[in-house]
Amino acid sequence: MAEPRAVTHLRAHDDPPAVKAALILAAVAVMAFFVVVPLVNVFVQAFAGGVGVYWRNLVADADTLHSIKLTLIVAPIAVGSNLVFGIAAAWAIARFHFPGRTLLTALIDLPFTVSPVVVGLFLLLLFGLQGTFGPWLRAHDLKIVFALPGLVLATAFVTFPVVARELIPLMEAIGAEEEVAAVSLGARGWQMFRLITLPNIKWGLLYGVILCNARAMGEFGAVYVVSGHIAGKTDTMPLRVEKLFQEYNLPGAFALASVLAMLALVTLFAKTALEWKTRRDLAEAERLRSNTSTPPARS
Amino acid sequence: MTTDVNRRVLPGFSLSLGYTLLYMSLLVAIPLGAGFLKASHLSFSEFWAAVASERALAAYRLTVGASLASAVINVVVGVLVAWVLVRYQFPLKGLLDSLVDLPFALPTAVAGLVYSDLFVEQGWYGRFLVPLGIQGAYSRLGIVLVLVFIGFPFVVRTLQPVLEGLDKDVEEAAACLGANRLQTALRVIFPSILPAVITGFALAFARSLGEYGSVVFVSGNMPFRTEIAPVLIVARLEEFAYTEATAIAVVLLTISFLTLFAINLLERWSKRHHG
Repeated sequence: MAEPRAVTHLRAHDDPPAVKAALILAAVAVMAFFVVVPLVNVFVQAFAGGVGVYWRNLVADADTLHSIKLTLIVAPIAVGSNLVFGIAAAWAIARFHFPGRTLLTALIDLPFTVSPVVVGLFLLLLFGLQGTFGPWLRAHDLKIVFALPGLVLATAFVTFPVVARELIPLMEAIGAEEEVAAVSLGARGWQMFRLITLPNIKWGLLYGVILCNARAMGEFGAVYVVSGHIAGKTDTMPLRVEKLFQEYNLPGAFALASVLAMLALVTLFAKTALEWKTRRDLAEAERLRSNTSTPPARS
Repeated sequence: MTTDVNRRVLPGFSLSLGYTLLYMSLLVAIPLGAGFLKASHLSFSEFWAAVASERALAAYRLTVGASLASAVINVVVGVLVAWVLVRYQFPLKGLLDSLVDLPFALPTAVAGLVYSDLFVEQGWYGRFLVPLGIQGAYSRLGIVLVLVFIGFPFVVRTLQPVLEGLDKDVEEAAACLGANRLQTALRVIFPSILPAVITGFALAFARSLGEYGSVVFVSGNMPFRTEIAPVLIVARLEEFAYTEATAIAVVLLTISFLTLFAINLLERWSKRHHG
């Protein structure tokens, strides 16, 4: 198994060092211009007046504080319902074949192509005062649009594919062998799910939830339309950022934006860490499978 | 096939599929249906008046134009970044690779806020660019730039696995047959990554078409000049002109669906030819 000695001359698929250096520099410059400098700028602007001013910008403004609380209510509801949906959809699509499976998979991607503003508009057409259910809702003194339920619906619509899209490829890669084995050994449905499926998909599931949460907390267009921008009532964090920007209160806008940017950084960090764990688990499963897959003499 | 065994052995098929369909109908199908139903109630002349007004036409042109421009820039930039990340080793490469996904995780409002602030006269970029006459804030250029940020991960992430799977022996063979590196890049590498490049382009384009949150900060939203279609929809809504807003929304949706359809055709085509 002696490796050939390191070849010192240029291999045909290597680029000359000068080209290499130039391309790396160009790529780093592009990333710096479009991604890194804007990210750094958020924090520099947010902390321009010192930590004390930063903190006051966040907590001394009652409307800003309320927007943070509202986002902390809206996002978990939307993420929770998308989580249940994501698990159900992934189980149906990754474990069974049925007519229309390809179409269903394509339809799950739909919210990615519908403009968030259009989502908000269509919710208005359904639940607004002149909307389809408007008179009925009014008669029963129910409010969906310009209130919490509308914010949750808009957020859930825009982010609903996220968990499912993380889980479907993962569950397909893991395969059904262990689950089939558990059931044939007498496990009941929930037992199988709790003891086999959940431990297998946990890292991918966790990342799906984190990403879905980041999207939910940052959702702007759909929420903008259904919120009615009532300060201190229906403004979520991104909407509050916009309002502060319109009021020329840039320090306030950047302080709140920095909280959202921190959330994005945590999401990226979680992605890197959890992807590494998922890869390791899959490799482990692959190794175990190849060790035990010597076919039995009789079936 | 194991999948046929699955339905006999594994539990929860009807429960999971039923819940999936119910959830999607309630959350997605009903609002979408309501929108198209509302649009279908318009008479043709009403629809046309809303959809083909000078202001609306200017908005579609800007939306499609800015999305195309940003997607083209994303192809150039994305091929460069993907190539460097897959082929070369350098310090902090892992960090750079992770940061590619930032536009997916960063709220669009934050992106819009920062981009508008970077390019104003006192901003970090504006202080160099504005004296040169380059207006990156409250201009069409600003829209394109922020859309480049929004669509940045698509080309890189569709291209990376393809570049990783590229057989380096083919490049060596080309070199042995006398091709220089540039010829190899253009005649051997480029054709095999082209389908992925086009897919990444289309994804970035589709994403940009509907973008609202970031553009509303940087564009200044002047009718006929820097007003994109989603901003026009919101403007109509704020005038309580629901029918006009719906008509424009249907046009925007149709463009998005056609793009999505094209992406699907493209993927099938490239699977047939390279799978």
